[in-house]
Amino acid sequence: MSTVVEVMEKTTGAMSSAELAGEQHSRATVGDFTVADARMACREVEVWYGPKKAINGVSLDIGKNEVLSMIGPSGCGKSTFLRCLNRMNDTIDGCRVTGSILLDGQDIYDKSLDPVPLRARVGMVFQKPNPFPKSIYENVAYGPKIHGLTNNRAELDALVESSLRKAGLWDEVKDRLDQAGTGLSGGQQQRLCIARTIAVSPEVILMDEPCSALDPIATAIVEELIDELRSQYSIAIVTHSMQQAARVSQRTAYFHLGDLIEIGETNDIFTSPKHRLTEDYITGRFG
Amino acid sequence: MNAWTLILLLLAVMAAAYNLGRKRAISGAGGIAQIKTLHSLPVYYGLYAALWAGIPALLLLGLWSGFQDQIITALVSSSLPPDIVNGLSEGRIGLLINDIKNLATGNIVSSTVTPEIQAAADQFARLEWIASGAKWLVVLAVAIAGLALALSQTAPKMRARNRVETIVKGIMILFSSIAILTTLGILLSVVFESLRFFHSIPPLDFFLGINWSPQIALRADQVGASGEFGAIPLFTGTLMVSVIAMLVAVPIGLMAAIYLSEYASRKVRAFAKPVIEVLAGIPTVVYGFFAALTVAPFVRELGESVGLHVASESALAAGLVMGVMIIPFVSSLSDDVINAVPQSMRDGSFALGATQSETIRRVIVPAALPGIVGGILLAVSRAIGETMIVVMAAGMSANLTANPLDSVTTVTVQIVTLLTGDQEFDSAKTLAAFALGLTLFMVTLVLNVIALTIVRKYREQYD
Repeated sequence: MSTVVEVMEKTTGAMSSAELAGEQHSRATVGDFTVADARMACREVEVWYGPKKAINGVSLDIGKNEVLSMIGPSGCGKSTFLRCLNRMNDTIDGCRVTGSILLDGQDIYDKSLDPVPLRARVGMVFQKPNPFPKSIYENVAYGPKIHGLTNNRAELDALVESSLRKAGLWDEVKDRLDQAGTGLSGGQQQRLCIARTIAVSPEVILMDEPCSALDPIATAIVEELIDELRSQYSIAIVTHSMQQAARVSQRTAYFHLGDLIEIGETNDIFTSPKHRLTEDYITGRFG
Repeated sequence: MNAWTLILLLLAVMAAAYNLGRKRAISGAGGIAQIKTLHSLPVYYGLYAALWAGIPALLLLGLWSGFQDQIITALVSSSLPPDIVNGLSEGRIGLLINDIKNLATGNIVSSTVTPEIQAAADQFARLEWIASGAKWLVVLAVAIAGLALALSQTAPKMRARNRVETIVKGIMILFSSIAILTTLGILLSVVFESLRFFHSIPPLDFFLGINWSPQIALRADQVGASGEFGAIPLFTGTLMVSVIAMLVAVPIGLMAAIYLSEYASRKVRAFAKPVIEVLAGIPTVVYGFFAALTVAPFVRELGESVGLHVASESALAAGLVMGVMIIPFVSSLSDDVINAVPQSMRDGSFALGATQSETIRRVIVPAALPGIVGGILLAVSRAIGETMIVVMAAGMSANLTANPLDSVTTVTVQIVTLLTGDQEFDSAKTLAAFALGLTLFMVTLVLNVIALTIVRKYREQYD
């Protein structure tokens, strides 16, 4: 709670008392949160951890073939929001989600919908690379095997190769596919996790600070990869690095204390932010 | 004038040494204001002096107390007049010396007191008195010499902390080697007794023989004089009971662990885990009579109701109960290793659209496998070495059988029967227990080595 209070104090100067009380009510989002060809459409999403509200009526679209970045200070709810998009929050006790999230027009929180196949359609890459303690091959083949995506070994081999190629890892690991995935370097592990996600051909890929555990060179490689993947997937990426958001994304959403404060073209957000909080954050006044 | 007074006195000397060393260090530095010029904190100079005052003196005291009696006895017996010693066997001389000691300490004497014995007793008492006095003097002198040595070395430049740490490290090494040496001692004693056994019974007869009837004739014409020491029936019996136990314990324990760590709610877990672990706290003798009085008759009745002949002490009953006893070993260890698999593995698997059971089967259990195998092998060692249940429920007859409904006997049961009651410790019958113990020890050792190798080979790194 202390960080929230600090942020509140730092930003008090810019806000009216009504805005300060805005933790209770949803603050209006600056900018147009819709896109013409939305892959996912979220409306008035609220997330509760027990009695505590973590997300405050957020509405946001994720377009096809775009990279949407979500930035904001720690604890602003951007990761929580991301985890709603493939129902990973279901695994947390006491977490409750209201509002609607549509994937290709279908409500993913519908009672009749099973979250398990949903997660094959909305893949996720985590903050810390988490390859399974299996071989590189088995890591990538894991998803296709459990979903029965291939009919025989040759097809599976081809799928593993194409996934690793798309993740830009093939040339580095083609001679040691049977070695443990955990033996790779951090950047390679993260690309392996991306290859693993691609292998089940998702429509959307969620990335939760995918480069925060990587060195600058590995980060650059992963960022290039994200840009390439845009041609086939919708990507939503949470990041702490504003430079990264500026480099990889087409649209940027700024979250603050569970509210979506501002959304717009990445260029506009970083050159002419309209909301005072956004401006304070990207100019480094807090965060 | 006993040893405890001396030890208390030594402790007092150590306390004094601590104070002296500390004060000397402070004054050597030029008072409390100059304390920064000391290499170490004053405490360490005090400890250094105390250790020097205490350790050599205590070591000397230990050695002295250990050898004093032997030396005095040797002196007294060598000065006995030759005419009473001549023609006596070694045992007789021992009795004589005992009498002399008893006389000297005022206890009851077994024979009549002759002047020679009285003289020897007087000499014994005199030597004892001198030795005790000398011990006090010498030990205290050593303590004070140590103290003086430490104090003479005390100077601001002396690296007291490093020296104290070295000494303390030495003491710790000493203590940890006690555990190792004890194990080694037990092993060696078992090995030597086993070697004596193998002198009378060829190892091949023991390890490959299929008849076990451990007896040695006292007379040639005795009934059942032919002892046979073929241990195969014992090994197969042990194996069968252990296998039955593992067949019970591994599936139940593993399933329980998976349920508790992956599916159970916090409340269920908080209740069920301690309850399962209570199983491990039940004394094995209770399991034993549970097996013998409840399970064995039940198994027999059940078998007879379907027309099978079941021995009243069946391997099945013993194995079932032993399996129940081992469940907590498997479940508790497996539960721990499953919980140690990082949440990020589960997240990664769920995020690929895997169900919970797919995640458990394909990610969690493989990742936890080394720990699970380790737990199972530990349980196997426990099953092989378990005694009480099989003594009460498995029976004594060494049948070479593959039928779990028959009565079998195990290595541990035979060790118990060989060593209970009055035994002569030089007959092959008794020594057989050591050979069996050695076999048991080796099997457990090999199991542990295999467990460690598996764990090392498959140890997965998560970072």
